[in-house]
Amino acid sequence: MSAYFIRRILWLFPVLFVVALITFSLMHAAPGGPWDRDLSSRQVDAGTQKVLNAYYGLDKPLWRQFTAYVFGDVSSTTDKFVCGLVCGNLGPSYRVRGSTVQDILFKPPKGKGFEYSRFGYSLRLGLISLVFAIVLGIPAGIFSALKQNSLIDYLSGFISSVGISIPSFVMAIFMIIIFATTLHWVSVVPKSWDEAKAWVLPAAVLGFGTLAFATRLTRASMLEVLRQDYIRTARAKGLHENIVVWRHMLRNALIPVVTILGPALAGLVTGSFIIETMFSFPGMGRAYVTAISQRDYSMILGTTLLYVLMVSLANLSVDFLYVIIDPRIRLEE
Amino acid sequence: MAVDNMKTNKVVALNALEKRRFRTPWQEAWGRLIRNKAAVLGVVLIVSFLFIAVFANVLAPHNPLQLNSGKDFLPPSWIETSASGKHGDPEFILGTDTLGRDVLSRVVYGSRVSMMVGFAPTLIIMLVGTFVGLMAGYYGGRWDNFLMRLTDVMYGFPDLLFFIIALISLRDTWLGQFMNGLFLLFFALAIINWVGVARIVRGQALSLKQKEFVEAARSIGVKDSQIMLRHLLPNALGPIIVQGSFLIPGMIITEAVLGYLGLGLKPTTNPDAFFITSWGSLMLDGQTSINAQPYLLLAPAICVALVVLSFTFLGDGLRDALDPRMRGRA
Repeated sequence: MSAYFIRRILWLFPVLFVVALITFSLMHAAPGGPWDRDLSSRQVDAGTQKVLNAYYGLDKPLWRQFTAYVFGDVSSTTDKFVCGLVCGNLGPSYRVRGSTVQDILFKPPKGKGFEYSRFGYSLRLGLISLVFAIVLGIPAGIFSALKQNSLIDYLSGFISSVGISIPSFVMAIFMIIIFATTLHWVSVVPKSWDEAKAWVLPAAVLGFGTLAFATRLTRASMLEVLRQDYIRTARAKGLHENIVVWRHMLRNALIPVVTILGPALAGLVTGSFIIETMFSFPGMGRAYVTAISQRDYSMILGTTLLYVLMVSLANLSVDFLYVIIDPRIRLEE
Repeated sequence: MAVDNMKTNKVVALNALEKRRFRTPWQEAWGRLIRNKAAVLGVVLIVSFLFIAVFANVLAPHNPLQLNSGKDFLPPSWIETSASGKHGDPEFILGTDTLGRDVLSRVVYGSRVSMMVGFAPTLIIMLVGTFVGLMAGYYGGRWDNFLMRLTDVMYGFPDLLFFIIALISLRDTWLGQFMNGLFLLFFALAIINWVGVARIVRGQALSLKQKEFVEAARSIGVKDSQIMLRHLLPNALGPIIVQGSFLIPGMIITEAVLGYLGLGLKPTTNPDAFFITSWGSLMLDGQTSINAQPYLLLAPAICVALVVLSFTFLGDGLRDALDPRMRGRA
């Protein structure tokens, strides 16, 4: 089993490398350089462009730029070796002068903790919505399965169908219009993200799809378990209903639910940039969308890699968890 | 007389049996599908949206590009006075946008892009995915290995990020200019999604090629291409169709998200263009005035939600109809 996971972890590196390669080539397939893109603002003259290109190493051949990005290169201005991606250096931002991509993503404002960095904000939002989805979704699924074909079952079935099919950003539009512009319970752009109230809408919208999926899956898997022989045996030997449900059903029914946590986390991570933009949330996703509109190539590249790494790690840890909780799974055979 | 009666009864019964026996599995599936109310509702909605998309130029009450000066920012006709103090005009049922263009007409034209994005790439994906999946599943070996490694990389790359990066970096090249950016969008969607179809077809082919009927076909000397086409493909068609029906809403959502980010189709002012704007770009336009004019956002958002819901209903119905064992699964 450990061999399997070591193989999986090692497989991460080629995946990241290929993703970096694809992203890098696409970025450089775009005509023009990073300096002559923004037609709305002041143009950079040719001489300055040359200096900038030399400073950022953009005058070198493409393969050299790529190896410089991934492994590092000797800087042309200071003659010192600058380590690349392998040391966690995502390179300088082309738009926010004087700061690196990792600074933008991970550095909190002065005097604040790590959770106030862009990454920290996004991480908090993702975790809150995941907790929201699980805490509501799993009990709803269990209850629907135990009271199959009851009114509550139909109601939760309807809500989860809607939640699965309606895309989260459309849901966000509906929620903003209902709760912010019509009912004025929250403001569209909150004054401060320190208030708990401001977090409710973005977290609920972001977690709604996962909530719906968790409800559906829990219900289906509970119904499957309900019909098993060992449940009949447990009832036949006179166990209390609570023990049957908690000990015998839930432990087995929740195993498949764990599998969706990986894709769910990935969905929360990648779905977040639309939601963050809609709610003007100060997280990594909005920084990414801003970078898109400003064509800040190094920022786009770095954030993409970070997203891919997070999605891969989420999938990996869920697979690991799956093997631990379900002893029937043997990976070696 | 009595004997005669019994005889005719028997003949009738046999005829009925005969009729029943000649229902192919596809006919049975069709019967199950049309008994599913949600799926039928979905089909009706999809067909109406298709109709609207095709005949947008006839159905739209106004020219979607015409700027009605002095009549900008109108609320829908049933609203007396909007937040900005304008009055609804019965001529513009859903009101007008910041430039005074009729919202209903723009939404009607937007359906063209969503319908096209739903169907065109899906068709390509199904063809390519089925071909590669069959080859990989049937022959195994190098094809199979390549497919599996490729899917591993693709699964690590969140789809939306790939689309964003591809659309941004290529939008000023000839590929991005072709068909106002729509072609590039189709291309990006197809490149990512064929892998999933291929993987499903591969799994089907893997299990089907162990079956006796394939072995029998092979033992009488049927060519590999014939086995794949005549024996594997028809049996794998059910899951392929179901997969396709779930791909379509995914495509539509992706287009809307990308349009909302200002990528994909570039809204045009050319009156001869077939694709004028998309629901995604309409939402992007409406986003700025969410407080004063929520209708601008609501109209395209409701359309996206309706279309996606219809396709999901149809997909659920198809899955239940084609594979009754899967009924009630998540």
